[in-house]
Amino acid sequence: MMLRLLTLLTLCCGLTSQVSAQEPLRLEISDGVIEPMPIALTDFVPQESLATDLAIRITRLIAADLASTGLFREIPSTRHIGRVTNFSSPVQYADWKAINAQALITGSVSVQADRVVVQFRLFDVFAESQLGQGMQFAGSAESWRRLGHKVADAVYSRITGESGYFDSRVAFVSERGPKDARQKRLAIMDYDGANVQFLTGAQHLVLAPRFSPDGRQILYTSYETGFPRIYVMDIATLRRRVLAEREGNMSFAPRFSPDGQSVVFSAETSGNTDLFVLNLRTGASLRLTSDAAIETAPSFSPDGSQVVFESDRTGAPQIYKMSARGGTAQRVSRGEGRYGTPVWSPRGDLIAFTKQTQGRFHIGVMRTDGTEERLLTGAFLDEGPTWSPNGRVVMFTRETQGERGVPTLYSIDITGRNLRRIPTPDAGSDPAWSPLLP
Amino acid sequence: MRYFRVMMFGLGFALGACGQGTPPFSNPSEDSLDGISSTLPSDDLTATDPFDEGQNSLAYFQQNVGDRVLFPVDQSALTAEARAILTEQAAYLIRNSGFTALIEGHADERGTRDYNLALGARRAAAARDFLVSNGVSADRLRTVSYGKERPIEICSQERCYAQNRRAVTVLIAVQTGL
Repeated sequence: MMLRLLTLLTLCCGLTSQVSAQEPLRLEISDGVIEPMPIALTDFVPQESLATDLAIRITRLIAADLASTGLFREIPSTRHIGRVTNFSSPVQYADWKAINAQALITGSVSVQADRVVVQFRLFDVFAESQLGQGMQFAGSAESWRRLGHKVADAVYSRITGESGYFDSRVAFVSERGPKDARQKRLAIMDYDGANVQFLTGAQHLVLAPRFSPDGRQILYTSYETGFPRIYVMDIATLRRRVLAEREGNMSFAPRFSPDGQSVVFSAETSGNTDLFVLNLRTGASLRLTSDAAIETAPSFSPDGSQVVFESDRTGAPQIYKMSARGGTAQRVSRGEGRYGTPVWSPRGDLIAFTKQTQGRFHIGVMRTDGTEERLLTGAFLDEGPTWSPNGRVVMFTRETQGERGVPTLYSIDITGRNLRRIPTPDAGSDPAWSPLLP
Repeated sequence: MRYFRVMMFGLGFALGACGQGTPPFSNPSEDSLDGISSTLPSDDLTATDPFDEGQNSLAYFQQNVGDRVLFPVDQSALTAEARAILTEQAAYLIRNSGFTALIEGHADERGTRDYNLALGARRAAAARDFLVSNGVSADRLRTVSYGKERPIEICSQERCYAQNRRAVTVLIAVQTGL
């Protein structure tokens, strides 16, 4: 609803980001921004000398967040005419118009004992007005990056009309060693690759972590017993327990339902892989498929009513969807090639997938009825998309070819623009993007 | 030392099957589960000694019987060559009741992780089913899939992929008499 309203007010910045004084500053990102919006970010003003360092780091972090979207271009401070040395002083719009800054962000940072307070204001330069109220975020010194991400999320949200994704985390598999003796560990980090923390050791093969809707737990598959089993881990305590113990069978490819009450997964019996839903409260499990084909990689729709998955029931694997309560499945993908790893967007509008065709792998998106398929990437091996919390960006694994081939994490806008490598300490695969943190 | 050498064949999974301090092999006993009665004396170790030079050694299984069968792209149906190898494996397992087997299914890297896990499971099951239909007791066989996680050849060419699309029969010495 809100989106539609905003769209009416939207000025598309596709070719020019010149904004007239009459129209509010707004960036429409549906069609992809060709020319990023020029913005000015003044160094946040330290309120105490103790805050000087942190103020610079927070300012740079906000700049990096905004620039990483490809939607904004920061005007370097060497070109600034005006200087903001007092957060409360009135803005001299002429100084910022002169360098064609469409938006201006000012802020302050205060440090008292272990408490950091970050304040910011956002201005529409050509409208000569403040965009929204000033805001303040407070937290421990240790959480300074989160405070910066929250400012960047607020700026992004006010200019685009959509929620941000900077204050979020990514769980992934950290990989080391040669291809025929790979060691894999579960790890978690900030969305931009900072603050990496390992969650498991390297002694057991682990695959494909997935966040709970509250971001506090992850599901993953481990060969700890020698056989693939699904585990659920509490991220804060690292305590874990096996889920869906099925003697003699493999279970894998788990995902939480949007309400966190159940888990959909694949289990194998006598060589055949089907889908099941396990209710975490009652322990009851429901069989969704009983086909002789492979059914795997299930993912819930955001309202929890449907499950999208891949199946090779008609030959090459294709994408299907069905009610989360069971029943018949409808085919979604229609194109040539092999489709896998479908993931429903948190906005509900799209399904991201992996497609294998003519010897190459692609990350793509399509509408939930299979129409309007668009391939965003193409490479030797791209796979396993995961959605940003706002459904605007997907992160995925790209593995290079050959004996020294290694996987790396990348992200790309659903417009097909802004391909970015996500830094990890070692090789990285199987990313899972968390919801926005509270 | 014997203990260790056998462990190597088990690729770690045997660790779960064999406790420390117990003999890796038990005496073969009458096994009529599959209608095959053992003619071995019950206290004769040599018949299942894996280091025997003969047709019951582990080395013989690896080198002469063949511990693995290969699959065409995206297939889990057994080729004629695979059936010939599995026929020999079945005969070996029937002769050597002191072993169980873990059949590992694998895939090449040209597929998604989840699909390849499921495909590897199909391949392992195809090998297992063939062994069972050739007289090996189903309760001596387990399967696991590694999907594309454990390649043995690492190039990104068909000659490597062909070796990676495999089902490997890993023998595990049974511990009995507890």
